[in-house]
Amino acid sequence: MATLPVRFLPPIVWLVRLLVGAYPRWIGCAPSAVQRIYFANHTSHMDTVVLWAALPGELRANTRPVAAKDYWDRGGIRGQIARDELNVVMIDRARDDPAADPLDPLREALENGFSLIIFPEGTRTPQPLPGPFRSGIYHLAMAFPAVELIPVYIENLHRSMPKGALLPVPTICTVRFGAPLARIEGEAKESFVERARDAVAALAG
Amino acid sequence: MELSLQQTFFAVFGALALLATAASVLVHRLMARTGDPVKLTWIGQLNSRLQASWLILALFAVGFALGEVALAVIFAIASFFALREFVALTPIKPADHTALIIAFYVAIPVQYVLVASGWYQLYAVFIPVYLFLVLPVIMAWRHDTELYLQRVAKVQWGLMLSVYCVSHAPAIATLEPPGYEGRGALLLLYFLLVVYMSESIAVMASASFGRTPLRSNPNKSREGVLIGAAAATVIGTLLWWMTPFTLWQAALMSAATVFAAFVGGLVLASVKRSLGERQWDQGVALSRGVLERLEGITFSAPVFFHATVYFFVP
Repeated sequence: MATLPVRFLPPIVWLVRLLVGAYPRWIGCAPSAVQRIYFANHTSHMDTVVLWAALPGELRANTRPVAAKDYWDRGGIRGQIARDELNVVMIDRARDDPAADPLDPLREALENGFSLIIFPEGTRTPQPLPGPFRSGIYHLAMAFPAVELIPVYIENLHRSMPKGALLPVPTICTVRFGAPLARIEGEAKESFVERARDAVAALAG
Repeated sequence: MELSLQQTFFAVFGALALLATAASVLVHRLMARTGDPVKLTWIGQLNSRLQASWLILALFAVGFALGEVALAVIFAIASFFALREFVALTPIKPADHTALIIAFYVAIPVQYVLVASGWYQLYAVFIPVYLFLVLPVIMAWRHDTELYLQRVAKVQWGLMLSVYCVSHAPAIATLEPPGYEGRGALLLLYFLLVVYMSESIAVMASASFGRTPLRSNPNKSREGVLIGAAAATVIGTLLWWMTPFTLWQAALMSAATVFAAFVGGLVLASVKRSLGERQWDQGVALSRGVLERLEGITFSAPVFFHATVYFFVP
């Protein structure tokens, strides 16, 4: 990926900052070019853009949000933002081809050295605390043991854009980055997933 | 000897720039000399205020150079950030969404377009009559009556403080008292100067010899506020030549403005306390703490505006 030495702030980042602030708070770790999987609570459609916009510019170029194909892979401005700006990794929730593993595009992106932004709840939970996580994060964590797992809590957004709303109510939200989640030898899938959820919920306080 | 509009702006902004430079030099000297950590915090606060005032000075120099519409745009942006901050402090429910969308995307542009076009009869009532009747209807539509009155009150007060009151500042620039036609922007500059001087002098005086901290704002002391009020009234009186007022009228107008600014700050402090105050993270300087920056003008702008309309515009 060629990056120009000076990059102007993309309009989408401007817009997100203007509407909802998206102020980053690095609580448990510092911004770093180390390959990472950021996993966050999912309360509104804006989460994807907000978390991405909260990252420093030099990390944004190398960090790809994972998002539902049925929402983002469309024509028009939404599809254009997803492809050209966010460089979204599309995940197929509808499972058109039942034989294909929906995690395959994620593995491919990780193998190519990208950091990822994932929302392990799989769907939006419009409330302060995240719902139960799905197990995809476990499979990725085990398959890529060198990648840092960073819990992220996005505050306030469910109030800005409840389900079904077209426009966001402007507000100020913070994006809190926690300490990397440790992998424990021989830990069961359920316990790992539960621990990941708790790490995100712990940042809510 | 009558100065032209441009000459007056030039003189006033030049004097302000000189003043800010002198203050910056003084603050840096003080900072270099003091080792006392308590004093250093005070000086640090002064310094951040000074930096903000440089930014505001530059912004308004551009605004005044471009004219009334640019001034309305500046205050519209300030209103947007203030309302955004207000909403972030307020618990809202999904049922309030439509009302808030109207508050942000309809109320702010409409109010400021009306102000910039000088349609006094409508902008005086658009928010406190039309929207105050329409918004509760929209919020009642969903039949979510839990805390209904509180929710309606919060949306209405948010609009009142951060949009309606603030919009009266650029409205001052559209006033045309007899013999003062086309110089409204100068009157706005005068008003802002009086408010800003009372604020800054109060903070500085509180830092230097304040004893009894105010309960509403621990950064200011009772003595500091009194000194700031007196000094700003004197400054406002001595600047009578840039207004349509006579000397003693300017004294009364600036005293009223300073008093309104003080009680406005008191009300805003109470609003913030009751919403549960919080400090915003380091972000863009302009978008952080906008409510606090505007607290001086929320009450004083309508007071100054209406006093001028009542006594000086036939």
